[in-house]
Amino acid sequence: MASVRPVRWHIAVFLAPAVLVYTALMIIPLFGTLVQSLFNEDAAGARVFVGLRNFATLFGDALWSDAFWNALGNNLWFFVIHMLVQNPIGVALAAILSSPNLRMAAFYRTAIFIPTILSFVIVGFVWKLILSPIWGIAPGLLDMVGLKSLFAPWLGKEEYALTALALVSVWQFVGIPMMLIYAALLSIPDEVLEAAEMDGITGGAQFWKIKLPLILPSIGIISILTFVGNFNAFDLIYVAQGALAGPDFSTDILGTFLYRTFFGFQLQIGDPYMGSAIAGAMFGIILVGVCLYLFGIQTRLRRYQF
Amino acid sequence: MATARASWGRTVAAHAVLIAYTVIALFPVFVIVINSFKSRKAIFADPLALPLPGNFDLVGYQTVLKQGDFFLYFQNSLVVTCASLFCVLLFGAMAAFALSEYRFRGNSLMGLYLALGIMIPIRLGTVAILEIMVASGLVNTLTALILVYTAQGLPLSIFILSEFMKSVSNDLKNAGRIDGLSEYAIFFRLVLPLVRPAMATVAVFTMIPIWNDLWFPLILAPAEHTKTVTLGAQVFIGQFVTNWNAVLASLSLAIVPVLVLYLVFSRQLIRGITAGAVK
Repeated sequence: MASVRPVRWHIAVFLAPAVLVYTALMIIPLFGTLVQSLFNEDAAGARVFVGLRNFATLFGDALWSDAFWNALGNNLWFFVIHMLVQNPIGVALAAILSSPNLRMAAFYRTAIFIPTILSFVIVGFVWKLILSPIWGIAPGLLDMVGLKSLFAPWLGKEEYALTALALVSVWQFVGIPMMLIYAALLSIPDEVLEAAEMDGITGGAQFWKIKLPLILPSIGIISILTFVGNFNAFDLIYVAQGALAGPDFSTDILGTFLYRTFFGFQLQIGDPYMGSAIAGAMFGIILVGVCLYLFGIQTRLRRYQF
Repeated sequence: MATARASWGRTVAAHAVLIAYTVIALFPVFVIVINSFKSRKAIFADPLALPLPGNFDLVGYQTVLKQGDFFLYFQNSLVVTCASLFCVLLFGAMAAFALSEYRFRGNSLMGLYLALGIMIPIRLGTVAILEIMVASGLVNTLTALILVYTAQGLPLSIFILSEFMKSVSNDLKNAGRIDGLSEYAIFFRLVLPLVRPAMATVAVFTMIPIWNDLWFPLILAPAEHTKTVTLGAQVFIGQFVTNWNAVLASLSLAIVPVLVLYLVFSRQLIRGITAGAVK
């Protein structure tokens, strides 16, 4: 009998608010969306169970699938650019910032992070202005260095618009990998670096051979955060190109496609069931990506403890 | 001598790269702010000129302030951001404390359940969230936004804070227990003050997406009296697309509050992430 412990109510009190809000507004809606994607309206407008038919329509019916695969492809390209440009720049900046005895490091760190705190509305609008052929800051700047012939109205051309927006997004978010890698680099113990210096490994060699292997887990976390963030992106495209993701859907990504489908836009009527199916597909893509990372990559990363 | 010169060269190179990138990072902000203080003609004639007595003009700010609503939008954004931040930090810290301090059945399962939300964006549940809000009559209220942002911020804050709380010394907590402090007093009076750097980190990471969010205000609270600054600025740009003075002034005004909050927290930020879970 003595082994029966009193109920520790304080644990429940500590957990209750977070669990309640989180369950009610995150888990239940996510689950509800997944369930809704299995329903559709019949001819009379009643809600009927259709199984996976919405997904079959989304992936196979040309009316929907063209838009879906287009958005998915664009989204992949958006992600590739972030991985190839944002994360290497972030790592490089962090590596420079973390070099010892660097003056004004705090100033640079704060300044480079500022775009990250700006709202998408500001970012979208200002880059539209800068790249605008009418107002002409970009053509003017290129003119100053004699490269005016290189200028094109990038946001208005189908072949450049998505890349241009992805680079704007990189400009905005480079502060996050920089900050996290910077923190990881600072947490490498001095003894390790001193030992490396004793062995004559300094400068660039020290970065590639000593520091980079040690911060690989952080780079992994950044990659997965980039992946989730990119496949969930919406705002920048919406403020820069509108919900139609022009020109001619060339900047359409899954977020804008979901928005248009669910809420309708101009001539298109909103369709909550197909919207749920798109959300379900995005859910699946993110889940597959995260699982691939967790089980395929993270388990192979070697971690060092000091 | 040779090594000294080499390291000097490297320092110069490092500063050159950092200055170059700082210019890239700040240039667009600089363009908005200088042009917001110029007359309409000057904005178009020479966008890169500094606002000097010849072209200085506050007409943009006058238009925005006459619009009046902008103050309301600011107030809405501040209320939503501060209230959500408060809830995320308080509820998140409480749950993190429960998970890191006590051993009970289902502890790690609960931790996993709460961490699920880090990977899966809340936006995918929008469809059902809107239905819940319609059913409970919360559409077009700030409460709806605060609740959603609290749910959105909780997973990451619990994850980061519980890593930190594991590092708070057990001796200290046990000493408190021997002195007769209740579990609540231990949490509020001993543990919370010790994890302040972590709280600042969580605050920055929580605050930025909330202040800048366009999606949920657009869907859950698009009414005039509940618009946030981000949504307001977006609508304003749509309406006044030709009145560049007003648009640039409104954008400059929208930058200020989040910049101030960031500078307040940023001193703690690096300390927070260095010692924290994400290292």
